[in-house]
Amino acid sequence: MIDRVCVIGAGTIGSLFAGHLAQVVDVSVLTRRSEHADTLNERGLRVTGRSDLAARVRAASSPDSLSDFDLGIIACKGTDLEAVVDSLAGRFAGATMMTVQNGLGAEAVVRRHGEWPLLSAITFMSGTRHSDTEVEYVLDTPTWLGPYEDTPLERAREVVELIVSAGLQAEAFADLRPAQWSKLIFNATVNGVAALTGLPHDGHFAAEAGPGDLGVLVRGLMDEGKAVAAAAGVSLGEDPWEMNVHATQRGSAHRPSMLEDVEARRPTEVESINGALVREAEQADVPIPLQRSLYALVRGKEASYS
Amino acid sequence: MRVCVVGCGAVGSLFAANLAGLDDVEVWAYDLSQPHVDAINANGLRLVGAGDVTGRLQATADASELPACDFGIVATKAMHTDGAIAATAHAFTEGAVASVQNGVGNEEVLARHVRRVIRGTTFPAGKILEPGVVQWDVKGDTTLGPFEASPATDGEIERLAEACTRAGMPTQAVADARPAQWRKVIFNAATNPVGALTGLTHGRVCERADLRALVSSLVAEGKAVAAAQGITLDADPEELIDHAARPDVAYEHKASMLQDVEARRLTEIDFLNGGIGRFGRELGVPTPLNDAVTALVKGLEESWRLS
Repeated sequence: MIDRVCVIGAGTIGSLFAGHLAQVVDVSVLTRRSEHADTLNERGLRVTGRSDLAARVRAASSPDSLSDFDLGIIACKGTDLEAVVDSLAGRFAGATMMTVQNGLGAEAVVRRHGEWPLLSAITFMSGTRHSDTEVEYVLDTPTWLGPYEDTPLERAREVVELIVSAGLQAEAFADLRPAQWSKLIFNATVNGVAALTGLPHDGHFAAEAGPGDLGVLVRGLMDEGKAVAAAAGVSLGEDPWEMNVHATQRGSAHRPSMLEDVEARRPTEVESINGALVREAEQADVPIPLQRSLYALVRGKEASYS
Repeated sequence: MRVCVVGCGAVGSLFAANLAGLDDVEVWAYDLSQPHVDAINANGLRLVGAGDVTGRLQATADASELPACDFGIVATKAMHTDGAIAATAHAFTEGAVASVQNGVGNEEVLARHVRRVIRGTTFPAGKILEPGVVQWDVKGDTTLGPFEASPATDGEIERLAEACTRAGMPTQAVADARPAQWRKVIFNAATNPVGALTGLTHGRVCERADLRALVSSLVAEGKAVAAAQGITLDADPEELIDHAARPDVAYEHKASMLQDVEARRLTEIDFLNGGIGRFGRELGVPTPLNDAVTALVKGLEESWRLS
């Protein structure tokens, strides 16, 4: 039974999980900043947009102040993951941990710090964080879960049931890798191109009328990613190009997190997304000159902050 | 002889002010900036920096005022070539017109409007300080040669080169100006978009192994497109790039495209990487990375329209 959930990292995705799950179970939240925890304890968390919810949560900025929980949803940014999980090492032995980071490799980082049963997850839901205590639920697309290593599939199903009962979309898969790689290729392309051009994910990303059109580059990057997946023995879930076209046609002009990050001159998730894909390509000996260039350019952009 | 500088920005002003110092040359300048035109007509065109020169010349923003000229020197940003030469072509029905612009493909545009075209490449640089006053940052050589499809005569090219040289702008007349032009476009196309997309100075781009590798890949595509036209470059762009990265040369230099991006001005990407891509497609030479950076920089320009 999952009666107690701890959401670790209260950005947009973490806040969406916390606000919804608090409707059905006991939810605690681990934040990075102590003011964030204080405001959450004082005022609770509001979800607007596709849901209209008020939630009471217990928040803390140190694991010392957290009581035991059955499920930990690790929703911090990839760039904070190592430090966050290090602070959890040796604690919460009874918990199952679920990672929802972009890119590849989050489960392995968590595993280095503890023996918790792990679930892999990727989420397609999106929102906008308006303040420490208010998040808008924008796209009600699902979160997909699967077991990592020898975690039983039953555990993934149990978490799906809980998430769905809280009013979010979720689905369990015996093997999450096909979906994880589809999203990896999608993010490595769309987030990188958005970060460099300043464009939200709009119709430019699917435009292929002339050779200098952005959609031609987007397709080229995705074709490289697909070749890496094939060489790594992964048969993809959704086609990343179709995901791209579909998302641009929906008209929401989403601003990928990597674009938000470079505009705020913050470190991006380029290592766990583009870097992960480049390293997989090296292992599989697949040349990906376009993605290598994109990776180098985003890293260069980060270097320009200082 | 009578010369009209078309597009009197920084580079155009260097030619116009220096040529105006010659007794045997009458200089006109055509430019769309009325304050710049008014200042030139009132006080002359002043250069400061690498040389201190004040040239007396006639400037106008109204192309119909231009008399018949022996030479045109087109120095607009590459994306404004067509409009500028369409407006001024009537002044060059008996004359020859030289491009001293960035990129490739400018001469092709000129030849749609005038009969005799000179292919040019110039290295001096500067910036406009205020209307009528231009900072001359770097001196450098200019190369002029015939545009093969609609050539000016050798005599014309030599006459213009001789006048520029005598005016203090060292200029060589050559039989084939493509090696100098392609050396410059390959250098610019390999370095400008990388600086523009990352925000890094030339030196910082070059000290990052992954970005320096991208620069080399862009150079290699440009060289292949030049080679397919039978052009032997007059210097290796790779050596020029490494030389420029030295702390005592241009380590701290922000590529002009980066300066454009920071000021949200349209860039010359279509005539640099976009131009290499166009020539590549005509010649059957693949240019995937030049196409990629073209798409990214054009995407960046598009993003300004959303905010």
